[in-house]
Amino acid sequence: MTRIEIGEHSLEAFEAGDGPPLLFLHGGDYVAQNRPFLERLARRRRVVAPRHPGFGRSERPDGYRTVHDLAYLYLDWLDREGGENTTVVGSSFGGWIALEMAVRDPARIGRLVLIDSLGLKFGGREERDIADIYALPEEELRRRTFVEPERWVPDYTALSDEAATAIVRDREATALYGWRPYMHDPGLRQWLHRVRAPALVLWGEADGIVGLDYGRKLATALPQGRFVAIARAGHYPQIERPEEVAAAIEDFAGAEAGR
Amino acid sequence: MKVWHFSEMAYHPAWPSLSDSYRVVVPSRLFDPKLGADLYHRYLDEWVLCDELGVNIMTNEHHATATCADSVCTIPMAILARETKQVRLLALGMPIGNRNDPIRVAEEYSMLDVISRGRIEMGFVKGVPFEISPANTNPADLVGRFWEAHDLILKAMSSHDGPFSWEGTHFHYRSVNVWPRPWQEPHPPVWMPVGSAGSAAEAAERGMTIGVLNTGWVRTPPIFAAYRKRAAEAGRPMSLDRLAYMALIGVGRTREEGRGRADQILDYSRTSGIVAPQFMNPPGYASAAQSAQALKAGGGAGFRAGRIQTRDGRAINPRELSVEDAIDAGLSFAGTPDDVCDQLRAFYDHVGGFGHLLMMGQGGLISHEETVANLRLFSEAVLPRLTDLGR
Repeated sequence: MTRIEIGEHSLEAFEAGDGPPLLFLHGGDYVAQNRPFLERLARRRRVVAPRHPGFGRSERPDGYRTVHDLAYLYLDWLDREGGENTTVVGSSFGGWIALEMAVRDPARIGRLVLIDSLGLKFGGREERDIADIYALPEEELRRRTFVEPERWVPDYTALSDEAATAIVRDREATALYGWRPYMHDPGLRQWLHRVRAPALVLWGEADGIVGLDYGRKLATALPQGRFVAIARAGHYPQIERPEEVAAAIEDFAGAEAGR
Repeated sequence: MKVWHFSEMAYHPAWPSLSDSYRVVVPSRLFDPKLGADLYHRYLDEWVLCDELGVNIMTNEHHATATCADSVCTIPMAILARETKQVRLLALGMPIGNRNDPIRVAEEYSMLDVISRGRIEMGFVKGVPFEISPANTNPADLVGRFWEAHDLILKAMSSHDGPFSWEGTHFHYRSVNVWPRPWQEPHPPVWMPVGSAGSAAEAAERGMTIGVLNTGWVRTPPIFAAYRKRAAEAGRPMSLDRLAYMALIGVGRTREEGRGRADQILDYSRTSGIVAPQFMNPPGYASAAQSAQALKAGGGAGFRAGRIQTRDGRAINPRELSVEDAIDAGLSFAGTPDDVCDQLRAFYDHVGGFGHLLMMGQGGLISHEETVANLRLFSEAVLPRLTDLGR
């Protein structure tokens, strides 16, 4: 792990590869499990994957209380490092951040990839769009998250104190930013027309946290949205199917990358 | 020493229908309003009796649970503010980090203080972790919200010159102007329940009275010690009436009768921690270091219900707690009046003294008649022998 600096903020980050820049924004849990996917992407791109403020070993400045703060922070990074054609990939909670960025500064983002993204409310007030991860029994939560939970859920008893603390901080920060309104911004949907970049919406077919129908609605709501389902994957398809997801992203963003 | 009678107003008729969780997810179809009304009136009658017995009154609140049907602690306080005339009334208390409107809390406590003619003691609680879900408050900034609400409530109750504004991190008011002003100046005494040395130190800095609940022989001494130490460092005058300890108390004419009463009350301890694990440690509620250890120990959601520590070092599952072990652990004082005095005095000396005994004189399925007998015998045969304590 390295660190990246954005203005006065220092974030823990994965950084590898050369080529056109790709910013990966992780979800609320299982952050370390993204690594094989990121290494795969880094064969053809410069991949930067910061750990969000408050997560892992990244400090959260006192004033950071909403996803909007994270969006502005990463827009600052794009201003400094990103050039004109950065691909922004957001998974789950990170997809929510990417969408908040895209409505704020549409010209900054070359390609947008949303993987089982959160952040929006499509249903009525008594419909649960996003499963209540804080009320589900642990076993059910794992089954809803992964097709093969036994393969991806770590053996927590074997973790170092440092690794366990990083996971606990991921979960704490996710709650801080996403507790209420639950994992969405009620004002975001009305501004989705501002997203100028072509958008690829990837969804795990077996996602039990936020279902396929939500993903299709998201793709439809984006001016240039395309929906692709990933077979044999749950809420984090890039963890369970890194090759398929990376290939889909390269296929989508490849034209830009080649220039 | 001041003694306070405490009951959680349990709705125990639902208990036989419950297994994995007595809280959060229990459907209210299990609450029969007719049985519930009888129970509310019965518990209130027991508190009213305390006025005659010279025992003060303590209420609390929990939510979405059959273990405690007192979901608004100031409602029994309001009834008792008028139905009693002598004793003091403590709510321990109001979960101000979980309430959306601190000004409403200031209004409730102020009104109660005036109606009771200055007999209110007001508790502010951070709340147990499984209160987060019913309130849907953010566990990751609960502590900041709690202290901001605390500061705002005290300012609102002690400001008497018209509106002031408050634009904080969590609460925003253009015009705070609480009516009525409270009877007591500058405001009723402030209490906070604490379960750790760190929280005790925070309370000591502010001169709050701490109520220490269910911590027993092993965990209580470091909490009281932390309070005394921090109070001294902060230059605050230390007196024992800043320290309160809760125990389940069963008194009888015979040892068997007293222990039998305690045994019934102990169903409180046996049930109150039965909560589905996903509600036991919401993210951010505990410190990262504590939650990391829990994650490693639990292997998953990372929380196990607390064990009760006996003085000889055994860890007991609360669901299987016997009277003998509860006495050994310092959670219960039970037996004849002599037994209770002896156990209480031994505990008192062990922890360095305290000024308030929070007496759970009712809990679990113990009947009204048995509760009345318990309270009466306590007030006749134990209370007069405690006058030298707590000074």
